[in-house]
This record gives sequence, structure tokens and C-alpha cells, in this order.
Amino acid sequence: MTTRTRRLALTVNGEAVSREVPVRQNLVDFLRHDLGFTGSHVGCEQGACGACTVVLDDETVRGCLVLAVQADGCDVRTIEGSGDLLGDLRQSFHELNALQCGFCTPGMMLSAEELLQANPTPSRQEIRDYLSGNFCRCTGYQAIVDAVAAVAAKRQGGAAS
Amino acid sequence: MKAPNFEYRRPESLTEALELLAQHGDDATIIAGGQSLLALLNFRMAAPELLVDIGRLEELKQITGGADHVEIGGLVRHCDLAASPLIAQTLPLLPQAIGHIAHPAVRHRGTIGGSLAMADPAAELAACCLALDATFSLVSARGQRWVGVGDFFQGVYETALESDEVLTAIRLPKPAPDSVGIFKEVARRQGDFAMAGLAFVTAADSGPRIALLGVADRPMLARRTMAFLKDSPLNEARAKEAVDLIGTEVDPPEDPTYPPAYRRHLVQVLLQRVLMELIQ
Repeated sequence: MTTRTRRLALTVNGEAVSREVPVRQNLVDFLRHDLGFTGSHVGCEQGACGACTVVLDDETVRGCLVLAVQADGCDVRTIEGSGDLLGDLRQSFHELNALQCGFCTPGMMLSAEELLQANPTPSRQEIRDYLSGNFCRCTGYQAIVDAVAAVAAKRQGGAAS
Repeated sequence: MKAPNFEYRRPESLTEALELLAQHGDDATIIAGGQSLLALLNFRMAAPELLVDIGRLEELKQITGGADHVEIGGLVRHCDLAASPLIAQTLPLLPQAIGHIAHPAVRHRGTIGGSLAMADPAAELAACCLALDATFSLVSARGQRWVGVGDFFQGVYETALESDEVLTAIRLPKPAPDSVGIFKEVARRQGDFAMAGLAFVTAADSGPRIALLGVADRPMLARRTMAFLKDSPLNEARAKEAVDLIGTEVDPPEDPTYPPAYRRHLVQVLLQRVLMELIQ
């Protein structure tokens, strides 16, 4: 069987990119293997774990449930392009031990940032619900919820919990 | 696993998409948001020759209000439906249900047409469409036909859609202004597939419609319970009888994880919660 390909042009982390890709390739594999943005991880490849979360036109998506060709003309942001946005969240994850192996962390932080943009004062239950599509097999989630809640409190000008 | 090899076309118009489907028939598969299809491709449970990507057909992304109905384009995403003021005002059942569909990142891509065409027996919007007595617009190069929700769902992943048809719109009658819509489900975790769920719509001058999900091969109406509740005013004694009755009219399939008796119990619990809300 021949490999079917298609040229796509898109913006990734602020830079214009044009590549010929196999049409069956998913977005996260394209970002990792063709562009070297290996901060987006590949866990389950069935949309369950959230490790491949990236931001497509300002909305989080599953990188394994989007074909690269579907992102043609779109604006994609990975954890590598999110440093400025996530500084306090990264610090909080570090201080409160919200990661161990780090596999889920990029997806976890992109989802958490999206929640905080939409809802700057989430309850712990709202944080848990919003992050329910991002699996962590190390922490038991408690520390992750702590870290996100602490950032929310700090951004509101209150004391960190 | 990775998706199998296939051809990919992204038509610029519905007409072009319909021509492709007419030409390729069973060899072609439509991709909309892809939130079920990509997983099936990765599992190698789907192996189409051709993917027809209708995801950019703006003509299928509208939500419009008519005098007596609301029409939702097949490509309207779950997140757009949840954020629509028109939907919140006329069909508050839908935003409640969407809160249970998977996770935000999936709701950013998944579409109502894709979910209905997939026909998962545990799908939230399918049960809502049944409770709201929806009609579906199926369009092919041969023309357009309207199919009622009762005829659309035909079994597990089975619908009335022919291989050359696109589900272009969902038409929902506007419920009476005093109507109440309540959606409830039980899942192991937020966003998981429901073990059982219930979409309840009622108004003062008509009886309730109760659609159940996750307890049969397709969404089903609890007809005897609906008839029972139509007959007399609701009170705690009537509610208890209704809860007993609904247990007798669901017959969930055998399942190693969740036995039929457990799903039946969940349906009863959900109905009880709905009726208690209405009484208070």
C-alpha cells in the first residue's frame, strides 16, 4: 500500500511551518517526530489519558485524536511554547510536588491553565472535574489540585494555601 | 497503535462532500470532529479506503431558532452547544448533558452530528434527542429526508444513515415555556462512559418524556413510566410507584462489569432523584 501524503502549513509555537505529512499521522506524532516538540507525550493513543494535550486555536485538544492534516492552517501551541504563560503554574507544581515522573505534567499544566483562564477562582471540585481527562499514575492528584488552587489564590492576590 | 493507511479528502462544500460519498459508498468514512473515529482508527477497528473530512463545512455549524423549533447543524461542537445562549434559554437539558460528555479537550472537537451518527448506546446527546423528540436531516446527492429519532437509532453503532448520507441538522421542537428538563447520569468518574443515564423533559399540559441511556442497545423511552406519571399529580407516593415501575421496564444487557440488576437499580435511583427535585 502506498503511503498517502499531503502538504500542510500551520503555525507551531509562533513559527510558521510547512511539511509534507502522511495523512494517517496524528498531530502529536507530527509535533514530536517531525518538529521535535517532545514535550507532548503519547500515552494511550485512544483519547483517554490526556498526556498528548496540546492547544489548537486557543483550545486544548487530544493530540492523538486529531490528524495532523486536520490542523492545516491552524495555530498550535505545545508546552514548549507556553513557558511565559505557565511560569507560576510550573513553580507551583515544583514547590508542591505535583509531579513525580512528569509524563502527565505538560498536558496537566495546559489543561489547568485553560481552566484558570476561564474560571480564575475554581473550587477544588471544579479543578478535579476539569483535570479529570488528564491521568496521573504517580501523585494521586491531591498535590496537583493543591498546586492549581495555589496558583489561583496567588493570581487573585491572596495567600497560597 | 497507529491509524491504518487511507486516502484523505477535505471537500470545500457539502455538495462536493456528497459527490465523494456517492462515488465511494461503503469505502468512504466521514470524519467530523474525529473524537470517536480517531480512536477506532488507532485500534484498527475502522479501516476506510477514504476519509472525507467535512470538519470545515461552515454551513453545518449554525444554531438557528425557528418559531416552534431549534435547528442545530451537524457540525456544532459540544463546547459551542454548551455556550449557546439560544440553547441555554430554550433547551437547558442539553448544556446539563454536555457537562457529562468526556472532557473539555474532547468537547472542543466532538460534534453533535458525529456523536449521533456514532450511536453509542451510552451517548448523552442521543438520549436528549429522544427525550426532546428530535428529527434528523439526512442529506445525500440523491436528496434530503427527515427521519424521526425513533427510527434513526437502530442498534449498537447502527443508525438509519446510508453510506452516502450526511447528518446535516438536528431539529428539536421548542418545549413549552413552563417545561422542565433534567439530565442525570452515573459514571465511575467525571467524563467516563455512563453506566446509566436519564433525560427527563416535562411540561404542565403534557406528560413527561423519559429517555434512558446505557441500558439497552440504543436510547430508549420509559413508556409505561411516562404514561403512569402523566395520569396524576406528583407526590412522594406516586414517585415511589414510578420508581418501582421503571425498574420493571428496563432490561439491561448482560455485562461482566455492571450486571443488569445494577444498571436497573441506577435507573431507579436517577428517576427518584429527578422526581424528588420536581416535588421540592
